[in-house]
Amino acid sequence: MPNTDELKRIASQTRRDIVRMVHAVNSGHPGGSLGCTDFFVALYYEIMKPDPKNFTMDGIGEDVFFLSNGHISPVWYSVLAHYGYFPVSELATFRKLNTRLQGHPTTHEGLPGVRVASGSLGQGLSVGIGAALAKKLNNDKSLVYTLHGDGEMQEGQIWEAAMYAAAYKVDNIIATVDVNGRQIDGDTDHVLNMGSLEAKWQAFGWEVMYMNGNDMQEVVNGLNKAKTLTGKGKPVMILMKTEMGFGVDFMMGSHEWHGVAPNDAQLEKALGQLEQTLGDY
Amino acid sequence: MEKTITMAIEKVSEDKDTRSGFGAGLHELGKKNKNVVALCADLTGSLKMDAFKKEFPDRFFQVGIAEANMIGIAAGLTIGGKIPFTGTFANFSTGRVYDQIRQSVAYSDKNVKICASHAGLTLGEDGATHQILEDIGMMKMLPGMAVVNPCDYNQTKDATIAIADIHGPVYLRFGRPKVPNFTGGQYPFVFGKALKFFDGTDVTIFATGHLVWKALEAKKILDEKGISAEIINIHTIKPLDVEAVIASVRKTKSVVTAEEHQMNGGLGDSIAQVLAQHFPAPIEMVAVNDSFGESGTPEQLLKKYGLDTPNIVQAAEKVISRKGN
Repeated sequence: MPNTDELKRIASQTRRDIVRMVHAVNSGHPGGSLGCTDFFVALYYEIMKPDPKNFTMDGIGEDVFFLSNGHISPVWYSVLAHYGYFPVSELATFRKLNTRLQGHPTTHEGLPGVRVASGSLGQGLSVGIGAALAKKLNNDKSLVYTLHGDGEMQEGQIWEAAMYAAAYKVDNIIATVDVNGRQIDGDTDHVLNMGSLEAKWQAFGWEVMYMNGNDMQEVVNGLNKAKTLTGKGKPVMILMKTEMGFGVDFMMGSHEWHGVAPNDAQLEKALGQLEQTLGDY
Repeated sequence: MEKTITMAIEKVSEDKDTRSGFGAGLHELGKKNKNVVALCADLTGSLKMDAFKKEFPDRFFQVGIAEANMIGIAAGLTIGGKIPFTGTFANFSTGRVYDQIRQSVAYSDKNVKICASHAGLTLGEDGATHQILEDIGMMKMLPGMAVVNPCDYNQTKDATIAIADIHGPVYLRFGRPKVPNFTGGQYPFVFGKALKFFDGTDVTIFATGHLVWKALEAKKILDEKGISAEIINIHTIKPLDVEAVIASVRKTKSVVTAEEHQMNGGLGDSIAQVLAQHFPAPIEMVAVNDSFGESGTPEQLLKKYGLDTPNIVQAAEKVISRKGN
């Protein structure tokens, strides 16, 4: 059994990093980052366990991950840094001139751990499918993981990719959608009601499962279960229920913190709710 | 002015379509390099990708009518060491998927070769929806994107093979109709290098794609008129062979550009930019002037939109008359 207490400690530090990073530059996306923190920590420390010291673009022989909703870069950067891809101190450069930690993730500045740029939504599932096809050609049994926002499901390219992966039995990919029900202009149900995502993904031929994304044990169990569903002729979709802003009480329950940074007082209040476990950068 | 006697450029085969050059090059690449993979969006026959598909079915990906997904999958396939060649019409290879190319391919420095057929007016009867005339401009603006627009079957085949060895994204543009095949041999394709057919002293004609043969026809007429035209094929529009451009214009001091593309964003504006910065000289541009195309035969359309041999001749005479002193 995984030591979820240790994972939770890492997640707490990651959440501190997120609010501190966006506060420092008064920009960035804390809401979705906080909501997906448990997923990122579980994925890297418990599920993929990639080798951070020997990062290669090709990722042959190891699981690879693509962040399609690139705006939640703060959570990814924090996890990549603590996991060992680059110095934790580099988190202080987030969104600043000459940084490798661009507002949205990119390969352009050579940041280890990132394999494609994202930010313009809807593209990461196609890229993940391509990487999964390359793994099949290379007879590489490792897996491809992708993460998407639920608002991102409004992009047409997602459904092109969904159709392709099922038709060609791309069964070495596990896609996860962060179902927090919020997008920039409000609740997803109000901005553009997508109906049942479960019914849609099932109709497109995917193996669909649910997971509570803000319970570390459930995330670990859910991702492990998803792995058992691979290799059976169907791509795997995890609909992951999260709360945007999870871990900071005043950021939860609203879309308002999608892309807004806390002020000094709000930062202090947030940090008061998040234990410093690994040391601040 | 004296009449010059020039050797004619001979056709080396019957007329062939450049897309078949692509298909032949891709097939040869498939045999040569096991990392080469191909993707197509429901136009396998039109792109002449059948031979590759037949011999290498595991490395051929039929994505259906979903070009955005095709570009994304191609970007992903590079992660794992593959060299993807995507194939669809030029319109659907560029405008339809510009953001996917920009973010997932160009900005991400992915080794994807975007291969685009049926470019320009010579697509013919399908009309303006499919006759893209803006693709060179869109693609050359992307940082790190190379743009290659070969002129005949042989050059397209050689270019297809050559770009597999160039790391990074490449846009390869070719067309539908059967046209003269005259390069290869002593006129080889070298990526990034201008290809000179004739030396001249009065005017340089820089031509690309299907208009290279028109420029060679214009050369004969200009010879008769006692005008010495230097004929240079710019197949690699980006990176442009700046040295060759400047060296030629230093000698001739006037320029005609000829291409099957909008004047905005095409070869002509690349040449003008170089000359404005390094060696200002009068330029006349044979290109489509801020207009969409329409249905018609390729020859009718080239004539109506001013991209025919007589247009190149007239442009040469005009630009020579504009020279100072």
